[in-house]
Amino acid sequence: MAKTLFINGKEVQFENEPNLLEVIRKNGFNVPTFCYRPDLTQFGACRMCVVEVVYPNGRTIVNSSCTMPPEEGINVKTNTDRVRKIRKTVLELLLANHDRECTTCDKSGNCELQKYSEEYGVRNIRYAKKDPENYAPIDHSNPSIVRDPNKCILCGACVRACQEYQGHAVLGFANRGSKTTVGPVAGKALADVDCVYCGQCKAVCPTGALTLVNEVDKVWNEINNPNKKVVVQVAPAVRVALGEMFDMPAGENVIGKIYSAMRKIGFDLVFDTNFAADLTIMEEATEFIERVTKGENLPLFTSCCQAWVRYVETQHPEMINHLSSCKSPQSMLSSLAKYILPKTKEGYTKENTVVVSIMPCTAKKAEIKRKQLTDNGQFDTDYVLTTQEFAQMIKSAGIDLKTIEAEEADSPFGEYTGAATIFGASGGVAEAAARTAYYLITGEEIASDDIVELRGVDKHAYNKDVVLDIKGTKVKVKVVSTLVEAEKAIQEIKAGTADFQLLEVMACPGGCVNGGGQPTSCNTPELRVKRAEGLYNEDKCDTEFRKSHKNKDIIKLYDEYLEKPNSHLAHELLHTTYADEFKGSYKDL
Amino acid sequence: MIQDITPIQKAAIEKVNAQGLRVLICAGTGCVANGSLEIVKKFEEYGLTVNPLGEKDKMTAVPTGCHGFCEQGVLVVIPDLHVTYVRVKLADVDEIVNEHIIGGKPVERLLYVDPATGEHVQKNENIKFYKEQTRVSLANCGHLNPEVIEETIAMNGYEALHRVLEANDPQAVVDTVLKSGLRGRGGGGFPTGSKWQFTKNAVSPTGKKYVVCNGDEGDPGAFMDRSIMEGDPHKLLEGMAIAGFAIGADEAYIYVRAEYPMAIKRLRIAIAQAEEMHFLGENIMNTGFNFTIHIKEGAGAFVCGEETALIASIEGERGMPRPKPPFPANKGLFGMPTLINNVETLANIPPIILKGADWFANLGSEKSKGTKTFAVTGEINNTGLIEIPMGTTLREIIYEIGGGIRNGKKFKAVQIGGPSGGCLTEEHLDLPMDYDSLTAAGAMVGSGGLVVMNEDTCIVEVARFFMNFTQNESCGKCTPCREGTKNMLKILTKITKGQATLEDLDLLEELAYAVKDGSLCGLGKTAPNPVLSTLKYFRDEYIEHIVNKRCPAGVCTALKTIEIDEELCKGCSKCSRTCPVGAISGEIKNPFKIDQEKCIKCGACVSSCPFKAIKVK
Repeated sequence: MAKTLFINGKEVQFENEPNLLEVIRKNGFNVPTFCYRPDLTQFGACRMCVVEVVYPNGRTIVNSSCTMPPEEGINVKTNTDRVRKIRKTVLELLLANHDRECTTCDKSGNCELQKYSEEYGVRNIRYAKKDPENYAPIDHSNPSIVRDPNKCILCGACVRACQEYQGHAVLGFANRGSKTTVGPVAGKALADVDCVYCGQCKAVCPTGALTLVNEVDKVWNEINNPNKKVVVQVAPAVRVALGEMFDMPAGENVIGKIYSAMRKIGFDLVFDTNFAADLTIMEEATEFIERVTKGENLPLFTSCCQAWVRYVETQHPEMINHLSSCKSPQSMLSSLAKYILPKTKEGYTKENTVVVSIMPCTAKKAEIKRKQLTDNGQFDTDYVLTTQEFAQMIKSAGIDLKTIEAEEADSPFGEYTGAATIFGASGGVAEAAARTAYYLITGEEIASDDIVELRGVDKHAYNKDVVLDIKGTKVKVKVVSTLVEAEKAIQEIKAGTADFQLLEVMACPGGCVNGGGQPTSCNTPELRVKRAEGLYNEDKCDTEFRKSHKNKDIIKLYDEYLEKPNSHLAHELLHTTYADEFKGSYKDL
Repeated sequence: MIQDITPIQKAAIEKVNAQGLRVLICAGTGCVANGSLEIVKKFEEYGLTVNPLGEKDKMTAVPTGCHGFCEQGVLVVIPDLHVTYVRVKLADVDEIVNEHIIGGKPVERLLYVDPATGEHVQKNENIKFYKEQTRVSLANCGHLNPEVIEETIAMNGYEALHRVLEANDPQAVVDTVLKSGLRGRGGGGFPTGSKWQFTKNAVSPTGKKYVVCNGDEGDPGAFMDRSIMEGDPHKLLEGMAIAGFAIGADEAYIYVRAEYPMAIKRLRIAIAQAEEMHFLGENIMNTGFNFTIHIKEGAGAFVCGEETALIASIEGERGMPRPKPPFPANKGLFGMPTLINNVETLANIPPIILKGADWFANLGSEKSKGTKTFAVTGEINNTGLIEIPMGTTLREIIYEIGGGIRNGKKFKAVQIGGPSGGCLTEEHLDLPMDYDSLTAAGAMVGSGGLVVMNEDTCIVEVARFFMNFTQNESCGKCTPCREGTKNMLKILTKITKGQATLEDLDLLEELAYAVKDGSLCGLGKTAPNPVLSTLKYFRDEYIEHIVNKRCPAGVCTALKTIEIDEELCKGCSKCSRTCPVGAISGEIKNPFKIDQEKCIKCGACVSSCPFKAIKVK
């Protein structure tokens, strides 16, 4: 039953909203927040969302709306002199303690502190500025994330994201009072703790305290080097999120425009990681069937997500044999490019070919540094740019993504099926694998391509068990997103209660659509759902085939080079190994 | 069928009576520091041989909890001889035993001297410090050995719990507490009975509920909770068990600061003894009621006295407050309904049960019932721990119980309620000390810290001192408290250094209100109180620092100048030889000069000058 309260005098209904802030926002009002993130535990620390609440008996309190449950009959005032003064004081205090070198900040233009300071007209910081001599050093040690403590406003969003998404608590609070800091335990560098590079800390950070390792300039240098052939690939989830940075709605598929922009930027060949996703399905489905036949190393763990791979390597090294030996789609495409292009394209050599990949993911930046993904000391993938960095490239090249014409990707790694596109959402890999495994096992096509029970990104943490019927053979699949849920699956396996044969893990809540490299600093469930819809829409409506084994270029690749899935050459190019001690896994970290 | 407590009480009384002449020696933390344990030992040695005058055939030394009159420690009280000895040293024991206990003649030089009359006072009840007090929660402190459970039982210990369990009506217990009008003694002053009712009514997902005792006494100079835990631990345990029975909890925690090792030790002993006697643990007094008490040692963070931070700390998390609602009564420790009460609050429960809600409600003032303990410190003659009916005036506390301002100085202000409280002035001397009057005056009862200041106290420095404390103790979670207290401290420091402007003063006030309004928990919400109340009553003194760069009390070092009066200086060079930094120079028999650049304003020269030629300005 809906109940009633008042917001600035307007009568509104509420039902199951978890807090007053949601009721306020649902009814056309807004209050600023730094620490509130709908997915995460309410924290109530920043005090920006304070409102005056008048109870029916006349008692008035000031409280944070993000932590207050809505109550029948209260009158909520969101914009009184009293609460505006608190907000402005909070902003002024935060700015006094903040490294205000905004123009050179990676977060400039996208920073919530900047935004609210602008909105509240903070023009004069009357409190003593923090002495730059007391600035803490910036931590550049991590391959994916840069941590600048001088820009941290201690909202604790990253601490909660790390804890509540990944169960990991790589970041935590230390010290007390005005000496409070957020960082890795015991003042360690971010490279020296078991960070899985998922970038969710950065995704929820309202300021420039946690930013991406930005490699845009390095890629421009390669493009401008006449002796280099620079090829590029783009991951599934990028196509449904990039548009947001060019005033297009979330979930709008801009893949054709992406290809076009890539050519305009100056990439020599434009490929799609989706091609490699189809290839992954051929290899992984085959591997899966073989493991099931032999009864070995089950359940099979998917290995597309580097954050997950790193988690297994560091936290459960005894289980690395469960991981699929398949490289991630990104790395498969890179190895193939460096193997095949010199054979087929004029001017390409293994040495002069540079592979750049555009990813929704920060962990991919770490993945390419794995020594197992090098060949004679040369990296398979040379650079990973996140969706955000790619948008920056497009903007600085003067390209208006919104208006340019769509184009097609280049051969031979541009063709893909709908099965590949859905890799970008939690459950997608399992669904794609199921479509092809059905064919490989039975020789027949699956009746319906839509296995909707595997899907779902609306909740931040998914843990679902699905039984697939492959002509009478039952295959049990577990799909999880977030490592908190993955850990539960591992504990089931260790306890001997796990009855699933395939475990799909994506570390980011909802999968790659919500990756740490995607645009926008505030992940909301709505955004994830819209982006995932964009992917499922392409799968259903825009692709000729919806099963990886139907990809003509994949069939051709096997005919011309690889012979068959899991062949000797396929193993050499498309499969990898894992180390039970991560420090041995990464090169030059 | 509930176990009969009468034979247990009888046996306990017999055991106490068998001690003969009881010599109560304060073994509270303060007196222990003054060597009281040595004195106990000495009396014990005598106890083996001495045959006291009169009907008692033997003598027993009884180490007790704090007597409260810490100013006069070590205290030795012999109730049967109606005598209280003060400032007793180890060397005095022989005299007390031989002259008084054996000889029957009081040792006059060890009696308390009334500062007003100059007379020796022999009887405890005639000492004004005690005479004006009404002791409820502290009633037994100083009268029994807290490490021997029989001494408590002999004084009706666990009789209230027995009565409650026998009646077997939890709601009746809550009703009694409601009716008594008891309010939380930890500072908030929330009606205790309502809190019990909320927790009793709360639905637990598993049926589990907890009682938590907040013993994280953190105000500088406050030691009322410690005195109860050290001096009468069973009263606290009994209060907790009654609370547990009333709300339906079977498990409890006492959160005690690790800096209270003696309290922790005595609580542990008390819990073990109470469990052995079936007053705690499984199947209490054969009624089927179970109640287990754990002790959790805190690590000394002030903010852990805030109930949600305290809960987080018990759970093993960082001690940071959580937003309310949900209140602990609904979702507290480990997510279960939890009753959190302060030590003093719980210690009031057994007397309320035994003597009735009406008896308690008749004590105190209209809206603040019962008594309250205060830790009185500062520039006052009788510092120590007192318990008075709510509504007693400040004047009675300072001039009657406290014996007036030390060294005949003038009263200036009193800081009530610790770092979260406020300053009150002469105009408030007749203000009744209760929750509502104090809050209205800009102070608060708080846990009961009471610091008396005289004319030599700089009020800005006092505000700076408390702000330094709260900004250090802020947990760092919410912005107004973390950054706001830091910046308030910065401005206050500027003022005491004579570097501030009147704009800074406005900013300080504006910030104080934002911190008060905007902070997440009680620590931040009350942190500006010392600043706001001193600004209210002593704004002139702030302005004097800012505009005239002068500290009226002569406390702020940076605003002092020390000068030599050339007329008076005889050129003896004594000051020059005393100065630790070589700032004074001159020729013998000619006036000397102070190099103001070098001078550190320590004042050593001032007191060294035989001609009073050196002056502080």
